[in-house]
This record gives sequence, C-alpha cells and structure tokens, in this order.
Amino acid sequence: MLSIVVCVKAVPDLDEADKIRIDPDTKALTRHDIPLVINPLDRNALEAALQIKEKGEAHITIISMGPPSAGNVVKECLALGVDQGILLSDPAFAGADAFATAYTLYKAIDKLDSVDCVFCGRASSDGATEWVGPELATFLRMPVVTMVREFVEAGGNSWKVKADIEDGYRLVQVEMPAVFTVTHTANTPRTLSFSGIIKARKKEITTWILDDLGVAEESVGLKGSPTIVSDLTVVESKRTCQIIEGTLEEKADILINKLISSGVLL
Amino acid sequence: MSRSDNPVWVIAEQVSEIIPTVCFELVGQARKLADDLGASAEALLLGEVTRDQIDLLFYSGADVVYHGNSPDFGIYQSEIYSETIVTLSKETQPQIILLGSTFIGRELAPIIAAKLGTGLTAHCMDLFINEEHILGQRIPAYGGLISITCPEKRPQIATVAQGVFQVPELDKNRSGKILPVEPPVGLKLRVKTLEVVIKKPEGVPLEEAPIVVAGGSGAGCVEGWQEIKTLADVLDAALGSTRPAVDEGWTDLDTMIGQSGKMVNPELYIGVGLSGEQQHMVGITNAKVMVAINNDPKSPVFEQVDYGIVEDCREFVPLLVKKLQGKNKKSRT
Ligand SMILES: Cc1cc2nc3c(=O)[nH]c(=O)nc-3n(C[C@H](O)[C@H](O)[C@H](O)COP(=O)(O)OP(=O)(O)OC[C@H]3O[C@@H](n4cnc5c(N)ncnc54)[C@H](O)[C@@H]3O)c2cc1C
Ligand SMILES: Nc1ncnc2c1ncn2[C@@H]1O[C@H](COP(=O)(O)O)[C@@H](O)[C@H]1O
Repeated sequence: MLSIVVCVKAVPDLDEADKIRIDPDTKALTRHDIPLVINPLDRNALEAALQIKEKGEAHITIISMGPPSAGNVVKECLALGVDQGILLSDPAFAGADAFATAYTLYKAIDKLDSVDCVFCGRASSDGATEWVGPELATFLRMPVVTMVREFVEAGGNSWKVKADIEDGYRLVQVEMPAVFTVTHTANTPRTLSFSGIIKARKKEITTWILDDLGVAEESVGLKGSPTIVSDLTVVESKRTCQIIEGTLEEKADILINKLISSGVLL
Repeated sequence: MSRSDNPVWVIAEQVSEIIPTVCFELVGQARKLADDLGASAEALLLGEVTRDQIDLLFYSGADVVYHGNSPDFGIYQSEIYSETIVTLSKETQPQIILLGSTFIGRELAPIIAAKLGTGLTAHCMDLFINEEHILGQRIPAYGGLISITCPEKRPQIATVAQGVFQVPELDKNRSGKILPVEPPVGLKLRVKTLEVVIKKPEGVPLEEAPIVVAGGSGAGCVEGWQEIKTLADVLDAALGSTRPAVDEGWTDLDTMIGQSGKMVNPELYIGVGLSGEQQHMVGITNAKVMVAINNDPKSPVFEQVDYGIVEDCREFVPLLVKKLQGKNKKSRT
C-alpha cells in the first residue's frame, strides 16, 4: 500500500495576521492571540494525496510542527480523510527557520516505516520561503519536484508530473520515493463533510516531543536555525497623498486630468 | 566575526542559452559586496552559451566565471545542478551565494543550503555588508523591514527577484578568468525533466510595462476582478495582483507583485482594492506616479501613493473605464 506523508503547517488566520504590526514608537510587535488555521496551500497538497488515495490503496499521514493549539489543524485534516495525524510539539521546536523546520520534519518522517512520497504546499502563508519541501527532501535523500500543477501518472515506482516554470511547465519523471510541493492550481480542495467529522472522532492525534525524535536540542527550533532576525525598521513613505474630493464623476475627471498633467497618461 | 575574503558567488542560469536579466543584476550587486569585503565576485554558469553572454558577466562585474559547458547542463536537472554547485562550493568556499528568485533558483537554493548545512533567506529586498562584515539581508515583515543574518554557517545564501537591483552599467574594459566545470560522474538521476513547454504571453511583460493596474482582495468577486482587468485593457496596462487575488483564483501567480512575486517599474501604478501591505508595496517603489482606489479612508495604502480615491471600486472602476474609453475615441478622431 502506498504510504503518503503530507506536511501541513498551522498558520495564523490571514484576516487576523495582518493586524500584527511594528509599533513605530516602541519598535515592538503588536501581537494578539491569533487563531491557527490550515495553511491554505497545504489544502492543495492534502487534496492531491486524497485524490491519489481515491484511485488506489493508500495510507495518508499528516505531520504538523507547531504549538499545542495546532492540534485543531491536525484534527481538521483527520476529518478531511487523513488516516493518521502527528503533531510535533515541544517548546524546543519554537522559533525554527526553514532549515530547522525541515530538519525536524525529516526526523519525524524518518521514524515512520517505508514512506513512498511526501507532499508539501508550495509555500506557507506566514513564512512563504518555499524552502521547507526541498530542504526536507534533501535531508531525506529523496529527489524533489517543486511547484507541481498536475500528477500525470502517480502510484507506481516512477511518477510523471507537470511542474510550473516561467511562462510554462516542465514534464518531469521521478523515481520514487520523492517529495513534491503542490501549487494552488493543482486541484480544488474539498471541504469538511459531516461523515468525515464523525469518523474523525475515533482517530487519535499522536504528539511527538523532542525526546521522541531523538535529536539534540541544539539542532531544532531557534538554536538549530542558521538564520536569525537581527533588527526591525519601519519604512517611511516618500510620498504624500492627495485625496481627490468631489462626486464620483468629478473624482474620475480630476484623476484623469492629474494623470495627464503629470505626463503619465496621454 | 573576522573579515573574510572568500569569494562572493552568483549562480547564473541559462534558459535556452540566454542568461536571465536577474543574474546580471546579481553580478552587479555581488561586485559591490565583494568590493566591501575585499573579495572577488564570481559567477557559476551551467549550460552552453555564446561567448558574448560570458563577456556580459565580466562586464557586469565578475572576476571569474566558472563555466560548465557540457551538454549534461543543457536543461535544468536539479540533481546535476545541485551536485555540481555543492562540490565546487566545498572546494572553493564562497562566503556568499546569490540566486535569482526564478523557478530554478527557488528550487535549487534550498537543496544547496540543506546539502551544505547552512541558512538561506528568501526573496531579499536588499543585501549589504554590515558592521560585522557579514551579509545583511532585508525582507519585509510586520509593516516594516527586518534584517536577517546567517552569523555562523557558511556560505550565506539568498535569493533575489528580478528588478530589486538595477542592471549594472556595463564596463567593456573588464574581463576575467573562465574556469571549466565538469558535471558529476556516476550520478544516477532520479528526477528527469523530459520536456519543457513554454508559451510566452502576449503583450508587454509586467516588469517592463509603463502602466500597471494591480487588483487586490477588494475586487470581491470574479466580476469585480473583470472590471479591474478591463481598466488595465483600456489603459494598455499590464495587470498585476496581490496574493489574495491569486489565492481566490481570479488571476495567475505570475501576475503577483511584491516580495514573493514580481518587481515592477512603471510610470503609473494604480492599485485597486488593496491595502498597501509592505510585502506587496516593495514591488513598486520606483513608480513615478501612484494611485490607490480603496473604500476605506483609513487604509494604509493611502500613506504610500500620490493620489487617493476613496470609493467602492465596483462603482468607480467601471466609471473610470467609461471615461477613458470616451477620451481615447476623442483623441483618435
Ligand atoms: C512572507 C510573505 C510574503 C508575501 N508576499 C507577497 C507578495 O509578494 N505580494 C503580495 O501581494 N502579497 C504578499 N504577501 C501577502 C501580504 O502580506 C498581504 O496579505 C497582501 O498583500 C494583502 O492583499 P490585499 O491588499 O489585496 O488584501 P487586503 O489586505 O485584504 O486588503 C483589501 C483592501 O481592499 C479594500 N476594499 C475592500 N472592498 C473594497 C471595495 N469594494 N472597493 C475598494 N476597496 C475595497 C479594503 O479596504 C482593504 O484595504 C506576503 C505575505 C507574507 C507573510
Ligand atoms: N511547521 C510546519 N509543519 C508542517 N509542515 C510545514 C511546516 N512549515 C512548513 N511546512 C511545509 O512546507 C511548505 C512550505 O513552507 P515554507 O517553506 O514556510 O514556505 C508548507 O506548505 C508545508 O507543507
């Protein structure tokens, strides 16, 4: 049976995340308790796995590294049809950059027996590096294809996928096991069903802490991260805005005239 | 951290034997960083190109070009490319490696970083040598800019989008050393690109368009998006977007402007239904005139543009389109 791992990140809800700001005076971050949701692009990775499972026998494990509150995200994945949910949660994992995140996910996947493929989202909405998938693949010594828009042939020992490049795509053949990052155009993610929620009640979330992974504290989280944030600066705008007043019609006319007189519109 | 004069590298890719613009921009910036460090600026170019392409790397500031001329480097194969780069990097110990935020660069950079056990920073907006003589890498976050450094591990790796740095002025008196690079021997390829299918879109590329109309989540729905697209059409403008517009499926990822998208450089930028988030706005800093259309008078976008229209875009944009169409007819007759 095909064993698929999907890496799902719990991210701050976007609508709320934009409220995080640097206070221009104190330079401190104005943080609030922001609810965690499934990283939107990871829904495409999950959907790709679920569709492969629908066509043949497969077992899907999702792995998420995050704070205990990320458990809700794991639960939602179980309700969407995932067989096993693993939460990697330990204070030592906090503050990880892409490198340390990929390393921690690698150590967790390495504990599972025979993994045939790993799916990641193209990018996380808060980190947005797109690094974790390829770094994870490298640690796992697996080949990787990023930006997969279509699984042309999947399930056997050798898969064919289409992957996005500038103004087009490449057709890639991959010997399995392998890691794929999935783009948002690959599919339309399903939504929760009532029966899924009922079935998920019986499924357990496995939580692994630092000791379960058998890694040194120095190689995960902030300590295991080669990169650090060194300072924050506030960006001052160089422009002063003129708000155009008047009726709807007047505003349109004035705007057009302004643009013509500044020479940017003929 | 003690000063180091190890080289500063740029990975110069080629697509159909042409080196993309971003690679020359990066060589220009590598030159500046190398001068600050007293180091040499070097490019690693994989694939066959004509001699004049290599000269352009020298004219842009490279002291050395490592050139892999084997047909094995012809099209991008992640395993061949990454093995070659990693092997040479271990031999020659660059302190910095820069890559373009192209599709190839975005896949290669993390593979190389993981293999070399070092850090990397995605989609940088600025690169400089700081007081500790290491690479400062600025990226937007939380409405401002943050600096990222990789204090201990080497090399320091960063990706940068086209347009963040200027294309350097070419100095045709410059030349340098070309050193050959061989593909790895005995590598069994597990990933193989069988075919590359490219369809160049019609019209001016977003990066070069004199007028850019960008839409955001305020478009609200497909119809709202279509109206913004029509505005771009009547202005002969390129259509840009913010991330939510891409996520909604209204437009393709390659229209996205900003940190993880494209850098634009228009005479006129019109932002419709977008909030002026830093990650988007860093893509447009050099526009001559900027306009925002937003129904929230308090939207931060108004602090960053020259002209503001406080209106619902669903009402204002169609009207603006009508006026512009009328105007065009007049000027044509
Ligand atoms: C690491 C990272 C990288 C990122 N990279 C990018 C990037 O490259 N490019 C990018 O764009 N984003 C990027 N983002 C996302 C970015 O932070 C913002 O979330 C995004 O730019 C916001 O898009 P928006 O302005 O369309 O949406 P919103 O912030 O939701 O703003 C919508 C605006 O529309 C207005 N509006 C609503 N209805 C109407 C109406 N009817 N008429 C007129 N106005 C209306 C609202 O007042 C609001 O101001 C990145 C984020 C992260 C964390
Ligand atoms: N903490 C995490 N837990 C699980 N998966 C993750 C985590 N961080 C990143 N990923 C995966 O890596 C992808 C790319 O993330 P990023 O490199 O942050 O853009 C995401 O879409 C996820 O699939």
